[in-house]
This record gives sequence, structure tokens and C-alpha cells, in this order.
Amino acid sequence: MKANVWYGKEHMRVEEVPDPRILNPRDAIIRITSTAICGSDLHIYGGYIPGMLAGDIVGHEFMGEVVEVGQGVRNLKVGDRVVNPFPIACGNCFFCQQSQFSLCENSNPNAWMAEKMWGHSPAGLFGYSHLLGGYAGGQAQYARIPFADVGPVKVPDGLSDEQVLFLSDVFPTGYMAAEQCQIQPGDTVAVWGCGPVGLFAIKSAQLLGAGRVIAIDRFPERLRKAGEWSAEVLNYEQVDVPEALQEMTGGRGPDACIDAVGMEGHSHGVFGAYDRVKQSLMLESDRPPALREALKVCRNGGTVSIPGVYGGFLDKVPFGSIVNRALTIKSGQTHVQRYLAPLLKLIEQGAIDPSFIVTHRLPLEQAPEGYRMFRDKEDSCIKVVLKPWADPPTLNSRQSSGEVEPQSEAKPHLH
Amino acid sequence: MATDFTQQGFSRSPQQRATVTSAIPSQIPSRRSYPRRQRLPSLNGVALAQGLGWFSIALGAAALIAPGGVSQLTGIGGDRRSVVRGVGIRELASGVGILTQRNPAPWLWSRAAGDVLDLALLTSGLRPGNPGRGRAAAAVAAVAGVLAVDALAAAHLTKHAGHPLVSGVAAPTDLYFETSIATAKSPEECYRFWRNIENLPRFMESLESVRALDERRFHWVAKGPAAAVREWDCEITEDRPGAALAWRTLNGAQVPNAGSVIFEPVGPGRGTIVRLSIHYSPVGGRLTAALAKLLRQDPQSQVREDLRRFKQLLETGEIATTRGQPTGRRSLIGRAARRWRLTSSN
Repeated sequence: MKANVWYGKEHMRVEEVPDPRILNPRDAIIRITSTAICGSDLHIYGGYIPGMLAGDIVGHEFMGEVVEVGQGVRNLKVGDRVVNPFPIACGNCFFCQQSQFSLCENSNPNAWMAEKMWGHSPAGLFGYSHLLGGYAGGQAQYARIPFADVGPVKVPDGLSDEQVLFLSDVFPTGYMAAEQCQIQPGDTVAVWGCGPVGLFAIKSAQLLGAGRVIAIDRFPERLRKAGEWSAEVLNYEQVDVPEALQEMTGGRGPDACIDAVGMEGHSHGVFGAYDRVKQSLMLESDRPPALREALKVCRNGGTVSIPGVYGGFLDKVPFGSIVNRALTIKSGQTHVQRYLAPLLKLIEQGAIDPSFIVTHRLPLEQAPEGYRMFRDKEDSCIKVVLKPWADPPTLNSRQSSGEVEPQSEAKPHLH
Repeated sequence: MATDFTQQGFSRSPQQRATVTSAIPSQIPSRRSYPRRQRLPSLNGVALAQGLGWFSIALGAAALIAPGGVSQLTGIGGDRRSVVRGVGIRELASGVGILTQRNPAPWLWSRAAGDVLDLALLTSGLRPGNPGRGRAAAAVAAVAGVLAVDALAAAHLTKHAGHPLVSGVAAPTDLYFETSIATAKSPEECYRFWRNIENLPRFMESLESVRALDERRFHWVAKGPAAAVREWDCEITEDRPGAALAWRTLNGAQVPNAGSVIFEPVGPGRGTIVRLSIHYSPVGGRLTAALAKLLRQDPQSQVREDLRRFKQLLETGEIATTRGQPTGRRSLIGRAARRWRLTSSN
């Protein structure tokens, strides 16, 4: 099969690899019909995620059709159309029994590595480093799904791939970020980052009863999307965000803040330069400008929810602000399995159409090109969907992908 | 240094047995008094003996290589070279005895006796008119101090002669560790799975097979090329259904070991903490053991992973793996990581 393989910093190749096969009784194999590049995949692309090995197949947002099931899988059959959650969860352990699926104790075969880094190991994830299990990812034509009787959710034929694909990660991630804010009717919620997770957090906050949602980014097209989902927007290149948020809330600060940016945050001025230097010298693993800001402006007793991915050690985080102002911090990899059924229902009811975030559709062959575009926010890129079975680009696919014109089917889709 | 736990440590004498069990977990400690980190007792006595052994060897070597210098230094005069050489040979013998014999106590007593002889020799240097009188006085004081230490160590080890470390049942190189894991299953379920000994190779990666010889004795076969250590017999020394198991290797095992597993209930509906204790003699001693740990090839890391697999198998019915999944081309680092099982992935 064809798969997108990581070989190093900013070095990915789509190439022929062996097909996956059933390795355990509770496995299933799916033929992938759609897969997407996640913002967190960019951390891998940029070489910021430890524990990657050359030859790893990446990607954790995917869906498709069941083509083979292990003898332990009774709820799925060949031909079922399913969306797959990015965390791998057994359904039996202490955490799974409490619906904390991303903390599954039994799905990371390399748990010892994560324990060295973080003290304890969370669940294994698809295509997200050997620290998190080293599982082959879903930017491929097929994928093996461990614990397939727990993870994948069947989706009705009436919904398109792009409407349900984001149940695999970004929609539940944005939703959980908003849910963790304990939103009371009429609350003001500020969201840093209007990428896919930020956009879903905005929409989810509204669905959960927020009165005002304030979206912060610097890319006009992202702010435009946020505006279309009726958020008030702040471009941090044009305004001083803390000051603006103070003004908008009468000096009190937002009731809840969501950091949907994560470890590669961008900022100006002294702190921005400071973080870049320290990160490149490996004196700090993550750049947290959005988190710093959120911790300062959130109202006393408010909640700061962090769906953005941080991997290691942060510097100059105003912890005193958390203690003295009684802030609540919520974070975690998303317990996707917990949200599949209720969020699928929201999609079916038409309360939300997740395909709203898609800006680019590319054949799998152009995955490396998709990564570059997404990272550079080129061509207003917000979300890239890859089609593993689409015809390769008309030009010879061996040609440097940078020069490959997307064919008509893969043209940017503008709303 | 390989140790035979069956030699004396588990003898029938109740008195001796009591001493032994304080070091080797053949007896299951009660839950309440279960120590968090158990150290081998009187390891310091053994370490002291080892220090003295090396001291003997250094002194003996010096006396043999430079008898004149030693005579000068100790103020006994330059005409005693052959006497000093004799002292050197005696010291070497004591040192080698202390360091190599299973029971170092008699060799420590021989050191103490040697000290007494040396004192007699040195006091001759205290005669009036000896130009080295001052040095001789210093040497007498030093040897008197060493005599005190020798006697103390010898007496200590003689007193604890029944102790596995001292009697040679356990060597100072023996290692002991505990590791534990929390599971969602009840103590009874955990016990039942473990007591069905044939299950062990399913989660113990280094095992090829375990076959029951009778109700309490089992024949183990390990994976790997080292034919000498591949097979051994083992017996269950204690069996508390639903609560605990203990075992030890029988005569002839190349890597003698003893261990116990306790299934400790956490609370109603809160599952079980499985606590495993292992006592073993690492092949190649402590240094090799430390190197093995770096590469995660040491028994503690491996047993920890075995326990994880036990939990996975019990809770989910399978062991999470990525071995056999597709990958791109692995670099040298990736292949090494797999070779050393640092990652489960191929």
C-alpha cells in the first residue's frame, strides 16, 4: 500500500510499504477513504516530537471501510463504514471504565518511554511517536486498528466523509476543550488559535451556552471562519490582546480561556525571540505564548482549558497567577471515544457541519506538499484532507512535489 | 557469582530459616509489614570485609614488590626484607581468601592474627636507639587500629554465620527488587491466572515454556542461545489461594532465584495491586547488572514489562503490540531500537 512516511525534520515521503495485517484478536483492518493532516502532525513535521524513528507512518485522523476483523471483534463486520478515534483504548482498564480513554493503561506497548518522560504513560496513539506506542498511522491506504471493538464508530451513508472525518480528532478535541470550561449560560470564552481545534472549540462553546466567544489569531481567513461561526475576533498583530480582552469584559477577564495553539506558539517582541532561542538551544521544549497570555487575562476563579499540544518543559509560565487567582487548569488528550455518539448526533441533526473547516483536498501522494502548505498557512490553508485512493496527480508523482499542481479535483475549496 | 539458594539457606533448621527469610522472599511478607524497599541486611559487614580483603592485597603487593621501602617506612630497619616478604605473602593469602571464599569470616580472623604478629614485629622497632623509632610508633598505632577493625568485622560475620550473605548462600553480588502493578481484576482472578503456571510464558517474554513436574514443582525453559541457563527446575514454596505465591529454584539452576507474588486487594471494586519480589544472582555480577540496566536488559526492567503484559492479558485478553506492522525503511538507530526491544515496533 501507499503511506506517508516520516524520515526526519520536514522530511516525509509517500511510498510503497507492506499492507497491515491483523496482529491481535481485537484488531481490524480498514481501507482508508479519507484522512487529514492535523495541526499536531505539524509538530512531528517540524521535528518537535521526541521518540520518532525514520520509517514511521504518520497520521491519526482517518476513516474508511472495514475490510478485515479479528476473531475478538463482534460489533464490526466487513463493509462497515467507520470513523476511527486517534487514541487507542482497551475499554477494560481503570481509566477506560471511567471513559478516560486517552489514559488507557493497556494500549501503549512502549509505556516505559512515556514514563521516563512524563512519569506515567497515557494511551497509545496512531502515528504519534514511539513514546506513544509507535503505532503506524492513517495517512495511508490501509490501517490496522487495535481494540477495534472499542474505538471505531459506524457512520451512516447519508453523511459525507468530510462531515464525519473530524470525529476522529479535531471536533471532539475542540468540544472537550469547551466542555472542560464548565460554561455557564452567558459566559464569555476566549479562544487562542483559530485552526481546526480552535474553530470547533468556538462552535462547541456556543453549543454549550456561551454568551460571547472571542477568537484570537493573526490569519485573516481563520478569523473570517471564526466570524462566520459568530465569534468576535481579535487579530493579535493589530491589537494588544490582553488589553482588548480586559476592555471587552469590563476589566474582569473572560470566564474561560482556551489555548488551541500549543507548543509552537508564535509571538512578537522579546518573549517571542526568547522562546525561539531557548527552543532551538533545547533549553525549553515548547513555546507557550498563548498559554502565558491566557493565564494572565482569565478572570479570577476562571478556567483555562488547554487542548493545544505541549510535549515537555515550559518556561516563564506565570504559575503564581494560577495559585493567587484560583484558576482551574484543564487539559489532556481527547477522550474521543466518549464523544463519538453525541457529536455524531449533532452532525446528523445539522447543529454543526464539520466540513466547514476543509480548505484543501489532495491525493495522498501530495501529503508532503500538504504539510508544507499547512505549516506555512499558504493559500489560506486551514485543513487538508488527503484521499488515499484518488488518482495520482497528472504530473509524474516522482517529480519534486513542490512543483506539482493540484489537479482540478484537488483544487482548494473556498467557501 | 552464581548462588545456590538450596544449599543452606532453606535448610530445615528453624533457627537458620528465620535468618534466611529476612533476606530471601521465600516467605511471603504479611501485607501490613511489607517493606517498601528491602535492603539485604548486614551488607555493610560484607562490604567492610571486601574492603579489608583489597587492603590485604595492596599491602601484600607492596611488601613483596618493595620490602625495603616497607621496612624503612615502618621503622623496623633495612635488614628485615625476608620477614617483610613473608608478611606480604601472608597478606596476599588473607586477601584472596576474603575476596573469593564464600565464608570470609575465617580469613578475617587470619588477618587479625596476622595483625598481632605484625604488632610483635613492629614493637621491636620501638627499642631505644632505633633511628626509625618514631615511624615504628606510628606503625604500631596504625596496625592496632586495623586489628580492631579486623576483629570487629570477623566477629560480626562469625555472629551472622547463618545469614545467606555471610554463609555464601547469597553472594554480595545478589540483587533484590520489587515491582508492582495495579489491575482492575480481583485478587482471585489474578491469582488463578498466575497459579496456572503454564500461563507464565504468555506474558514472561524470556520464557519459552513451563511444564508441571507435579503439583508444586515445575520445569522452566527460557528462550535464547545460552544453553547452560536455558532450563531449570523450580518449586512453589508457599501457596495462598487468592492471595500469594512464592517459589525458588531447585538444585542445579545456573541462575538461582527466588521470588514471591502477592495479590493485594485495593478496596471494594478497586481491583488488585500485584506485588512481585525477586531475589537473584546476576550473571557477571553487579557491574554487568548495571550495564544491563542501561540497555533495559536487566531482570528488573524485564520483569516490570512482564507484569505489564500480565495486566494487559488479564484485562484485555491480548498484549498490545506493533510488531509486524508496516513501516518505511528503518535507519540504523531504528533497527538498533528494535534489536534491543526499546520499542515494540519493527
